[in-house]
Amino acid sequence: MAYQFDFSPVLAQGGLLLEGAVFTLELTLIGTLFGVAIGVLGALVRAWRLRPFDALFGLYVELIRNTPFIVQLFFIFFGLPALGVRLTEWQAAVLAMVINLGAYSTEIIRAGIQAIPRGQLEAAAALAMSRFEAFRHVVLQPALSSQIVIVMLGSAVCSQIATEELSFAANFIQSRNFRAFETYLLTTALYLVMAILVRQLLAWFGRRALMGRR
Amino acid sequence: MDFTLWDIVRNLLAGLQWTLLLSLVAFVCGGIAGLLLLLARISDSRLLRGAARSYIELFQGTPLLMQLFMVFFGIALFGIDVSAWMAAAIALTLFTSAFLAEIWRGCVESIPHGQWEASGSLAMSRLEQLRHVILPQALRIAVAPTVGFSVQVVKGTAVTSIIGFTELTKTGGMLANATFEPFLIYGLVAVGYFVLCYPLSLSARYLERRLHAPA
Repeated sequence: MAYQFDFSPVLAQGGLLLEGAVFTLELTLIGTLFGVAIGVLGALVRAWRLRPFDALFGLYVELIRNTPFIVQLFFIFFGLPALGVRLTEWQAAVLAMVINLGAYSTEIIRAGIQAIPRGQLEAAAALAMSRFEAFRHVVLQPALSSQIVIVMLGSAVCSQIATEELSFAANFIQSRNFRAFETYLLTTALYLVMAILVRQLLAWFGRRALMGRR
Repeated sequence: MDFTLWDIVRNLLAGLQWTLLLSLVAFVCGGIAGLLLLLARISDSRLLRGAARSYIELFQGTPLLMQLFMVFFGIALFGIDVSAWMAAAIALTLFTSAFLAEIWRGCVESIPHGQWEASGSLAMSRLEQLRHVILPQALRIAVAPTVGFSVQVVKGTAVTSIIGFTELTKTGGMLANATFEPFLIYGLVAVGYFVLCYPLSLSARYLERRLHAPA
């Protein structure tokens, strides 16, 4: 291969990449907080069969889980202004992430609630655990952590509506230095590090919340 | 130029065909690659196991969009002119293989260890054990999550619109620019994906209920 790798023009723009990475993490944090809140609400509504909201949540979950995130994002950013709802790039990105994670976490937490045998709740009560403490175990489970990482990685497509997150920074840099491969290689590595860190952080947070202060 | 509703739907259906074709190619090729990856992931060799694990970690820990860019620009480094369609098919195949291998590893590991020991005591080689004892049982468990994952493959194809592959999402984008009716068009695009994915989701759920029915 005659190609000469040159990472220096990319590294010279490292600050932009880091800013993008921080913005991706911020989007993920807000998306997680609101998305999981929707998930808890949705799971309770579904588990308690509160009509007619349980059917509405059911429809919402199916609609979101069976369409691509990028189409949801485009619908929110390009489609909603027709209804008079105009959002900035980052607002549309956050909204799409919240709605997306909300649907998945509704389903994950609901499945968690269903999987607890009744006796376990009674055992928890016998150990003087409050219902809230028992419920925390249902919410803070590995499946939800994986989904949060998936949403973070999926947010890379938000660059397409010019949300200035990590992949947007990468596109910007490679369009100026024409070092597309090097730029995307470093960006991919950065995403991998972020995914591993977020996964570790969530696992630590889950352990801490469940096992008490360590 | 004016577009009637039929013009819009007709064009979207043409895009949908490419979405379907890409999904099938990625799923079939990804399945074959995933099987090889699974064999490496559960092999005796520590080197093979480690390599397969890193591969899976890499593809599960990075955005599909970046994988597409890496394939698209990476192949170009060799001086090969790669089309959006080829790059999309290769990247989605790699992506699919990593996820399927990990799903199937879970299925193989859920087979009780005694089955390995019993077949080993019959002097079967590792490959024979897999072929005749382990995989047939793991296959039964694997059907439902595999069908479930196919939904992720179909949805993943939407990202290939970004490198310029004219599937459903890209067609929708072009139509939205031409008609100034993004609400309608992205709504229809979403319906298109839903029509492909919902039956798969339902089948996965049905299969899971059938196979995990309490004995």
